[in-house]
Amino acid sequence: MDERWSERPTRRLVLLAAAGLGLPPPAEASTAAMDQAIHALVGESTVKRGKVKLDLPPIVENGNTVPLTVTIDSPMSQTDHVTGIHIFNEKNPQPYVAAFELGPRTGRAVVSTRIRLADSQQVVAIARLSDGSFWSDSADVIVTLAACAEG
Amino acid sequence: MARVLINLPAEAKRGEIIEIKTLIAHPMETGYRLGPTGVTIPRDIINRFVCTYNGEEVFRAELFPAIAANPFIAFFTVATESGEIAFSWTDDHGETQTEVRQITVE
Amino acid sequence: MRVLVVAVIAAATAAAAAGEIAPADRRSGYDFAGPETRAMQDDDTANPGMLGVLQGETLWTAKTGAAERSCADCHGDPRTSMTGVAVRYPVFEPRLARPLDLEGRINRCRTEHQDAEPLAAESEDLLALTAFVAYQSRGLPIVVQGNAELQPFLDLGNELFHRRQGQLNLSCSQCHDDNWGKRLAGAVIPQAHPTAYPVYRLEWQSLGSLQRRLRNCMIGVRAEPYEYGAPEAIALELYLMVRARGMLIETPGVRP
Repeated sequence: MDERWSERPTRRLVLLAAAGLGLPPPAEASTAAMDQAIHALVGESTVKRGKVKLDLPPIVENGNTVPLTVTIDSPMSQTDHVTGIHIFNEKNPQPYVAAFELGPRTGRAVVSTRIRLADSQQVVAIARLSDGSFWSDSADVIVTLAACAEG
Repeated sequence: MARVLINLPAEAKRGEIIEIKTLIAHPMETGYRLGPTGVTIPRDIINRFVCTYNGEEVFRAELFPAIAANPFIAFFTVATESGEIAFSWTDDHGETQTEVRQITVE
Repeated sequence: MRVLVVAVIAAATAAAAAGEIAPADRRSGYDFAGPETRAMQDDDTANPGMLGVLQGETLWTAKTGAAERSCADCHGDPRTSMTGVAVRYPVFEPRLARPLDLEGRINRCRTEHQDAEPLAAESEDLLALTAFVAYQSRGLPIVVQGNAELQPFLDLGNELFHRRQGQLNLSCSQCHDDNWGKRLAGAVIPQAHPTAYPVYRLEWQSLGSLQRRLRNCMIGVRAEPYEYGAPEAIALELYLMVRARGMLIETPGVRP
């Protein structure tokens, strides 16, 4: 699996170089934006795979409303619980989707919402635990267009 | 006052983990859409959702334009005592709408 | 897209006499929607269309118009008075000598009995009231059928449903009678039964009427869509309801 967000900021350097030369940003610009956003959250910490399960339909009927559920395997006790869940996306105009704050009173680290996806892309969920560690899961989603619309 | 749909049990046992589902009517205008004249429609979303239980915050969400219209948020909380569970939604203008539900905990 | 369309037309003309769907084969659009969309419809506590139904419930008791009268003042408890209503519409209105759909009836109540302005087509309040009234018939079978008065309008609807139109030169029937269940690009083609209206269409991110959906279809085949309330629109609504006779109301439905 692809630990893109824990590697060194090579893409950022490429972006800056391209901008300096007056070239358009590389096609991966939005992926870079997601990487940057994740970096801003986790800093230099490693994001581990596991504990987090991101549920999204693999094929989406309409990108305007996509049901999403994040489940984190955690006892949600006073000493061991999820403190935050952050959702990022790759191809929307901005990388942020939502950020949830939880605590021992949450009981179960499961959150559901409905999101918008502009195109087929990867969605990433990162959980922060009370011990400061970061865990993640990602999902690749294919977004189809509805038939016969107003546009 | 936007239309709201809140689902949570009216009664629970002490320590029981209950599911709360919330839905609020709001277009969640992203700020990226073009209007009929070609001018961008300005962003106008609910950006914060807070749930408090007898005054203590038990869940919070920061929302971005990528959240679908008529935002749906479902989460859990521990039924600790009887009282009031309050839900607040705040939009980009800083306006907050609050709804309150009672819960009886044995 | 063009290749696909040619293939669809070829298949359709080959099965030219196929025509209507056998009553036993009729399926709601619900059956063609994905599991997540169906789950959204099934849960009243999470169905976004229910926000409209709730709004309609509030409007039901709101005094309105110069007559300062609410729906409740005449119709009382909607759970009894409005049950079995949506399944009968469109109905023939003798005073207008033409059929009236549910939205039309609500507006006629406003002008005739509440001394109020009619609500604009697709306005939030009209959709909310229509959804609320139709919701009272949820689970009941559609009973609309032809009669002497409705027949000319039903015939028009039938003709319109089978008429090729638009730049793509497709009729409703070619997709929805002859090719339901197959795919048009990424979307599954449903049979086009109006069992769930007003419907929360994910594409609209709001409730919308059957007429709005028909306009979308027409834009889809690059035809000039009918204006809201046009005789063709009502005729098509009537035809579609008769075609769906016996199927159960699901309002508020959720569709892609």
